Amino acid sequence: MTVANNITAFRLNGQAAAVSPAIGERLSESLRERLGARDVKVGCDAGDCGACSVLVDGELVCACLTATQQVSGCSIETLAGLVGTDQHAIALAETFQAHGAAQCGICTPGMMVSAVSLLRNCQGSPDSFAIQESLGGVLCRCTGYRKIIDAVKAAAESSNSASLLLGEGGAGEPVCRIDGPGKVSGEEKFGDDVGPADSLSMRIIRSPFPRARFEIGDLDEFLADNDGIEFALTAADVTGNNRYGVMPGFADQPVFAVGETRFRGEAVAAVAGCWDAMRGFDDDLFPVEWNAIDHVQTMDEALRPEAPRLHGDRRGNIMCGGFVVCGNVDKALHEADAVAEGSFQTSFVEHAYIEPEAGFAYLEDGRVVVHACTQAPYMDRETVAEIIGLDPEKVRIVPTGCGGGFGSKLDLSVQPFLALATLKSGKPVRLAYSRQDSMQSTTKRHPGKLHVKVGATRDGRLAGLEFKGDYNTGAYASWGPTVVNRVPVHASGPYSVRHYRAEARGIHTHCPPSGAFRGFGVPQAAIAQESLLDELAEQLGIDALEFRIRNALANGVPTVCGQVFSQGVGIRACLEALRPYWRKSRQEDSGYNRSAEENGTVRWGTGVAAGWYGCGNTSLANPSSIKAGLWPGGTVALHQGAVDIGQGSNTVIAQIFAEALGVNLRSIKQVGADTDITPDAGKTSASRQTFVSGNAAFAAGSELRRKILKLCNASADAKLELGSPVVRISDGASDHHVDLERLECDREGYVLAATGTYDPPTKPLDEFGQGEPYAQFGYAAQLATVAVDTALGTVKVKKVVAAHDVGKAINPVLVEGQIHGGVAQGIGMALMEEFVPGRTENLHDYLIPTIGDVPPIKCLIIEEPDIHGPFGAKGLGEHALIPTAPAILNAIYNACGVRLRRVPATPDRVLAAIRETENG
Amino acid sequence: MTGWIRVATESSYITPETVAEATRALSGRSFTVLAGGTDFFPALRPGTAPSDLLDVRKVGEMKGISQTGDGWRIGGSTTWTEILQCNLPPCFQALKEAAREVGSLQIQNSGTVAGNICNASPAADGVPPLLAMDAVVETASIEGRRLVPLGEFITGVRKIDLPRNSLVIAVHVPGGDERAGSAFEKLGSRKYLVISIAMVAALVKLDREGLIALARVAVGACSPVARRLVALERSLLGKSVPDLHKADFVMPEQLEELTPIGDIRSSAEYRLDAAREICQRAIIRACARSKAC
Repeated sequence: MTVANNITAFRLNGQAAAVSPAIGERLSESLRERLGARDVKVGCDAGDCGACSVLVDGELVCACLTATQQVSGCSIETLAGLVGTDQHAIALAETFQAHGAAQCGICTPGMMVSAVSLLRNCQGSPDSFAIQESLGGVLCRCTGYRKIIDAVKAAAESSNSASLLLGEGGAGEPVCRIDGPGKVSGEEKFGDDVGPADSLSMRIIRSPFPRARFEIGDLDEFLADNDGIEFALTAADVTGNNRYGVMPGFADQPVFAVGETRFRGEAVAAVAGCWDAMRGFDDDLFPVEWNAIDHVQTMDEALRPEAPRLHGDRRGNIMCGGFVVCGNVDKALHEADAVAEGSFQTSFVEHAYIEPEAGFAYLEDGRVVVHACTQAPYMDRETVAEIIGLDPEKVRIVPTGCGGGFGSKLDLSVQPFLALATLKSGKPVRLAYSRQDSMQSTTKRHPGKLHVKVGATRDGRLAGLEFKGDYNTGAYASWGPTVVNRVPVHASGPYSVRHYRAEARGIHTHCPPSGAFRGFGVPQAAIAQESLLDELAEQLGIDALEFRIRNALANGVPTVCGQVFSQGVGIRACLEALRPYWRKSRQEDSGYNRSAEENGTVRWGTGVAAGWYGCGNTSLANPSSIKAGLWPGGTVALHQGAVDIGQGSNTVIAQIFAEALGVNLRSIKQVGADTDITPDAGKTSASRQTFVSGNAAFAAGSELRRKILKLCNASADAKLELGSPVVRISDGASDHHVDLERLECDREGYVLAATGTYDPPTKPLDEFGQGEPYAQFGYAAQLATVAVDTALGTVKVKKVVAAHDVGKAINPVLVEGQIHGGVAQGIGMALMEEFVPGRTENLHDYLIPTIGDVPPIKCLIIEEPDIHGPFGAKGLGEHALIPTAPAILNAIYNACGVRLRRVPATPDRVLAAIRETENG
Repeated sequence: MTGWIRVATESSYITPETVAEATRALSGRSFTVLAGGTDFFPALRPGTAPSDLLDVRKVGEMKGISQTGDGWRIGGSTTWTEILQCNLPPCFQALKEAAREVGSLQIQNSGTVAGNICNASPAADGVPPLLAMDAVVETASIEGRRLVPLGEFITGVRKIDLPRNSLVIAVHVPGGDERAGSAFEKLGSRKYLVISIAMVAALVKLDREGLIALARVAVGACSPVARRLVALERSLLGKSVPDLHKADFVMPEQLEELTPIGDIRSSAEYRLDAAREICQRAIIRACARSKAC
């Protein structure tokens, strides 16, 4: 028998390694904290996400489910080791980049290690099924998995020797992400990868009840009793304002609750100590007494007159509302030849990025420096400064790699705790949320209760639409006001609707705050509106796709806000692009269903849905600035602060800039994002970075070009060649050579510099919601084909065809990446995702699609240019998700004749609906 | 043994290589037994880790699958991957199908048969196929060995009939039914990494005339402990495969052993409805695999 002494020795990536782990320490902990192998990612500590996958003696395991002592004498391989030596890994690193298989990159180590295991063990080239079986243990929230399957196939066939960077890398070229190499090598540093192992670690003490009064006990005694715990933080330690928010007038959330908590998971204190001590610290030892009191978690409960009020000044627990009206909808619906009406219900949806929130902070020259995963560095800086009571200039935010965001990392999470802790202790502090922390306390998609009525005339023209929606905004406002503002503007769908009334309200409950999530409330509205459009088409005997085409918004036709676009409205083109696929799919479905009538229980159906989304803030200033400078060595520095959370802004912004400057993408070096060195490029939200920051990059590139050309008075279409230290400017017949070293450098070392700023032109909405909320919309229409097992109620999505008007695809690979990822999240929302506070706070009770749940996706990229967009480009991020869920619901109806009005359409709900129909 | 004494006074991680060593250690102090870790680690809250762990993965007798005089013996630390890779007769087909459905490849590579049984989750994928094979659990303690039918070994949600200081060392599958066909059906809301809403293992033997001579059907995730459906099994005897294709042959009243709950995965009503359907599917597939004997 072996009795472990305190040393465990093994080989890590070919090198001898030895650690002294605690009894039963997870291998993932030992690798990351004791051996610095931060390429091994931790997403759940429960084997649910596979991000920590490593090979132990060649066998694929989750490092979080393996005791370090169990690998004594074994050989461990992780991504960082494999990419240097393993032929399969080297091939995968190339194909993952070429196919856009790594977006945020947090799952990439797990995916690639799993793929290496497959390629080592399979004969020949694996098919899609074999790849799915082998990679099924790793969750990805960004890519929709299909590009990963393609990349693994390509690596097996070694077919991808194409250059990673095609052409000049200008606007329109499908170049690989410029930040790709770090993602496929495990080198990119995410939120928990930055802080050194000897920094203090922190844990947050959270309310176990939806609503509770609480009293914190004797902290001095607590600290004296617990070795290694250095300090605790509570509301009393908040040196500035213990109340923050994202919208003016809606700052309502404390960093630490005072006296009473408003949702399960709300922070009341934090505890910090050395890593070893915190690893062994049981939260239950923290001295706090809870007194659970009555709470309201549903909107119905919260709206009752006797319900406890969450915020004193918000009567009836109504946070605020949004409203748009045009024409006379009552009259229009009364006179309509056909009317469809229904009530719909959606659930809390969790962002479920694979990287839980994490960061690292320290003091430097009297300033607080916070490294954290974020979508909004400048907002973080301002809010953290307010919370700690310092000027914003005293705070520096350095975004780390962001392992997915989708809206939730627009809000603060770890940042204020880190800033307060480092201020209090003067020491560097780390904080990484556990999966449960992340799911309990960060924002969700708003559950909606929607009632919609829509009418049409006999000739198939939409007569009017009435929308009423209540959105459960949880305990705090977060981005709830934005959601209830956006929804009435979008609830018509991308159609011409002359008579319209839409109201949305945000209702407070004792649930986690609902905030921003890909689409800001619009996907919920689209489920209702697009389902009813199908019902209306059926009543009128008109094909569902043709009905939409007939009513599609067009240039010169006013939106429900009275905004008239003279150009750039691409919805009709999207819908028309679907026509051949729609006809073919419907034929295949009916063919299959005829043959299945004999003895099968499976029925196929195809559904269509459309969507639109206004890019940028709703009728609010929304500027972005991008700066660039030319070094004497001939390299251009691009100060790019539009945070790349996986969607690709690092690459797209650089492509736009390179094209505007007229140089090869390769001669550009990106710096930032970092609030000390990059100007404010706004938030990564609302599908605005390609459009708004892209325009700023275009302006910066154009201005820098103008300045360079001016050096020799060259004409505007001269050709630039950046050399070291000579820039060659070819202007028709004449050739100029400018020696950069002879020019004077500015403070930052640039011989020339330029900053571009762009703010999209919008106009306020009046009391009827009339105005110009957005400078541009993007448009989308999708088909989904499903197979419904009518005996079990299970729904399998078989394929999706997605037509997206992006104005101009600055990078077609990244465009497809956004579409695939949005579709995957739409599938989740339609079929499986339902967050229940207190019950689904992990990734095995809360289900997101796996690699086996996302079908092949055909992307049809429509380019109806928009004059406001850089090179005509429009935003895309949110659009990709909006039509998917309603298309799936319409497909379910076409397959088996049941209309689901509640999502997710889980097997029990689908089967109950089928039984109800059968029983008349 | 100085190391033993030093470590044992604080906390310890031991890796016995024989059952005797393991049971001797267990008789002394309270160890938490660790095998694949796939249930141990997810349940671990920071600061609550047990201070004494007994890792069974090096115990020789607990490894691998072997044929014995009266059947088959699956060592307790056999992983799902090892079950999938082992050449086994048709009656193991359901167990293999279940092995393929356990979590993910990563979980299948680590998770063990004994761990699955001892964790005693109502949704343990391995339990219905083993019940359908009439599996028996072999436990050991310093007092000796004990054999307990699996159906009696798991007594409730997360409850097993395992005295303190004992260890599950193997699962035995009685011989005689090797040529029976078996099949496993798992129903969940997504493809991989999914906890079952309901699952069924069926084992069927056909006689020379093609009539059902033996049927065992076990359902998981629809009661605190996976259950055999005795009335259903009886009703199948003497039926032919064409009989089964004529109409629904599993009746609601034959599911009376099941007491499903409603939870986040599904309603209770749905579980019963779905269990009935997947019973039929599993039985039909098991029949197709049965070799006439």
